[in-house]
Amino acid sequence: MSDDHVYLTLAEGHEDDTRWAYGTGFEDPLHGVDTTVPEGVDAAGLAAECVALADDALVGAQRLAEWITRAPELEEEVALANIGLDLLGQARLLYTRAGQADGTGRDEDAYAYFRDAADFRNVTLAELPGGDFAFTVVRLLVLSSWRLAHFRGLVDHPDPVLAAVAAKGAKELAYHRQYAAQWCVRLGDGTDESHRRMRAALEQVAPYLGELHTAHDVRDEVAADVRQVTDAAGLPLPVYRPRPGSGRAGEHTEHLAPLLTELQGIARAHPEATW
Amino acid sequence: MVTAGPALPDAHRARRVAERVPDPELPMLTLADLGVLRDVETRADGTVVASLTPTYSGCPAMAEMRADVAARLRAAGYARVEIRTVLDPPWTSDWITESGRRKLAEHGIAPPGRAPRGPVPLVLSPTRPAVPCPRCGSRETEETSRFAATSCKALWRCRACREPFEYVKEI
Ligand SMILES: [Zn+2]
Repeated sequence: MSDDHVYLTLAEGHEDDTRWAYGTGFEDPLHGVDTTVPEGVDAAGLAAECVALADDALVGAQRLAEWITRAPELEEEVALANIGLDLLGQARLLYTRAGQADGTGRDEDAYAYFRDAADFRNVTLAELPGGDFAFTVVRLLVLSSWRLAHFRGLVDHPDPVLAAVAAKGAKELAYHRQYAAQWCVRLGDGTDESHRRMRAALEQVAPYLGELHTAHDVRDEVAADVRQVTDAAGLPLPVYRPRPGSGRAGEHTEHLAPLLTELQGIARAHPEATW
Repeated sequence: MVTAGPALPDAHRARRVAERVPDPELPMLTLADLGVLRDVETRADGTVVASLTPTYSGCPAMAEMRADVAARLRAAGYARVEIRTVLDPPWTSDWITESGRRKLAEHGIAPPGRAPRGPVPLVLSPTRPAVPCPRCGSRETEETSRFAATSCKALWRCRACREPFEYVKEI
């Protein structure tokens, strides 16, 4: 063992020398976890909840990943990629749990790559195109705040796997919310142009808030976070203008299908491929 | 936890092997330093069961850690190895050992402060206490990015010695 150089030790002990980097052999993220669904837990309901929360995370992560090579600064690209990676990790655990709970034994890839837009249950706010950086940080603020408040409730869920995923995810989401909130304040309290674009982003997000609280009603927590940010940034609170349609019911905007085409293309063209 | 009887010394040896496996992303730390190796036990049939917990949900190194621990145990002569994932209780940066914190600092990475207890509030004022520079010890430091090369680290810089440094976030 080459303990004299920490990085050399990493090159040792691999069972498969064809791997060029770590993390290429994806496997069950719940490997070795007790997969029993506890008595009294509605397994179909549990699976549906896990899929919906995983879809929010997967679609949200895909939109964040679109900033890679395009973010205003390298630091922001790295931050958005890391936030997306956290969400992707949450999605992998939740899809895997869904496949155990619904009795199909489907793995994470089956959910992520081999379902069509109408089968996705993510809230529509997550699927809207990234557009302006201001819109990205406003959406990230709202979705992080909403998911965080919901996860804090889920830590008492009777399913121990979902409860554990929520407990870990909540810690991560607090960092995501913090990141988004600080950018919202910086831009809202910045130049006339950045202020104008923040106002536009808040208006753009507002119609989608109702859908969030129909899915998981944590409106007080989200409203408190948004108000704290708009007060600090000198921004008006967004005007509430609900729109019809619900991603949780499979009713999506025209933006989800192209996102999935890009996300799923390679897996569908090479269904047996591993990487 | 170890089984009683003659397997006992062997379980200790298996634990020592697993404890020395380096973390793929912070290779100056062992998995024991990082606090992700939860348990190593030996079953009556000789199977070594090592339990790992992920640092972050999306930690891309988790599969690698599992493979590394299994490979090191097999290389040490354990034919039957099982790696379990433990999600509860979730890892926090408080699980990084004292020796782990010392090694981070020696490698120019600021170790985390105490992890927050209970729900983390949204705080917009810059109340975060300055992280001391791991190179010169100065507290004249500032955060340049909340996220660095990996989720578990932030990027800071020192105004005294002018060096950037990474900082393992408390979570
Ligand atoms: Zn310094």
